[in-house]
Amino acid sequence: MAIDLHKYANPKRFLAITAAIYPWSVWLTVLLLVSGLYLSLFVAPPDYQQGDTVRIMFVHVPAAWMALMIYTMMAVSSAVGLIWKHPVADLTAKAAAPIGACFTFLALVTGSLWGQPMWGTFWVWDARLTSMLILFFLYLGYMAVWESFDDPAKAAKAAAILALVGVVNVPIIRFSVDWWNTLHQPASVATMSGPKIHSSILIPLLVMGLAYTAFFVMVLIIRVKAEILQRRLRVLQVSELRER
Amino acid sequence: MKRFFRLILRDLTLAARQGSAVTLSLSFFVIVVVLFPLGVGPELSVLARIGPGVLWVAALLSCLLTLDRMFQADFEDGSLDLLMIGPLPTEMIVLAKVIAHWLTSILPLIVIAPILALSLSIPGDGVLALTTALLVGTPTLSLIGAVGAALTMGMRRGGVLLSLLVLPLYIPVLIFGVAAVDAAIALLPMTPHLLLLGGVSLGALVVGPVAAAAALRLSLS
Repeated sequence: MAIDLHKYANPKRFLAITAAIYPWSVWLTVLLLVSGLYLSLFVAPPDYQQGDTVRIMFVHVPAAWMALMIYTMMAVSSAVGLIWKHPVADLTAKAAAPIGACFTFLALVTGSLWGQPMWGTFWVWDARLTSMLILFFLYLGYMAVWESFDDPAKAAKAAAILALVGVVNVPIIRFSVDWWNTLHQPASVATMSGPKIHSSILIPLLVMGLAYTAFFVMVLIIRVKAEILQRRLRVLQVSELRER
Repeated sequence: MKRFFRLILRDLTLAARQGSAVTLSLSFFVIVVVLFPLGVGPELSVLARIGPGVLWVAALLSCLLTLDRMFQADFEDGSLDLLMIGPLPTEMIVLAKVIAHWLTSILPLIVIAPILALSLSIPGDGVLALTTALLVGTPTLSLIGAVGAALTMGMRRGGVLLSLLVLPLYIPVLIFGVAAVDAAIALLPMTPHLLLLGGVSLGALVVGPVAAAAALRLSLS
């Protein structure tokens, strides 16, 4: 395991491997997104209560999945970067953060767009909404740490420490917000849980989830590549300045 | 161990001789609480309803106010470097700083909180619960805050970043703390909430010093 990690930590090899994966991820994203959108917007039946509004869910739920998954991934790669000092792992965590923040934002926006016709208001202090909002702030804090250090090596370590403290806290926050919600308001809001999800809805949902994942891989590869190139450029510029 | 207590004593002496830090965070706490009746109106029923939350939020904010000084002064005059070179492990330095911070800037708030709670017409059971909950829960604020303070140490606009980093992590304490007081007011058992608060505090006791020490080593390297 450790040996494998070291092998992939070499930026050059990393770039070579991702260059091979990249076209596949693009095609997979296009294919899955088109078929997922078709399935969810045209094939899936409208809900008997919510009508066509239920289709927002196919955009919303995978975004929420991705928001949590990306934070976990960030924490894992931060830990790898902190323990084995692999710069690529740090850069991956850095590159993933804005994507995760965007997915969190998407989940929040689509959630409130769904809430307007369903609950009659754009925002409800529901446990899920609140904990997603807090997750958004965690992403913002993580990105702010990266920007407030001049030295990228220091920034990487500081951000990694923050991500790890954050990931310990995420379940606690989630639990406490659930607890707070059940104390302060009765469960009048969570109408999502109805009968078990039927396969006609589950399949588009899963396809959309996979499409989002492929999209994430695609954007992540672009961003990590940009980070690596930026760092090389920096090294080149510094050495050029020294030669003068 | 002797060095550990000596360090706490040193920080306490420094705080006592400077004097202003304790009174400043205390007056901030009182002013924030006083602003709420002015903002929402003087009806006692409303104030009693929002009182526990107001006091907890005010405690969080005034803790945040003194947090950025936790390592900053020692960092600027170089004594932090000496401490880190010394034989005391960095984790213990952090813990000593946390204890000193809690004693100087949070304990005074807990002492005055019952009076403010009575002025917000929180019933007697609630006042007792509030004090207990503050005692059990606030160590977490100092412990998690130490991580943020160590990370933002030496930054140009550390204070603003500190609040963005630390406040989301304070949410569980706020929720359980207010829940304990609300339960006591409603004559429900408050022990589960206090146990959860204690659990969060113990967890922070494990994670906080280690993470803050790592951040300190990073900032001084």
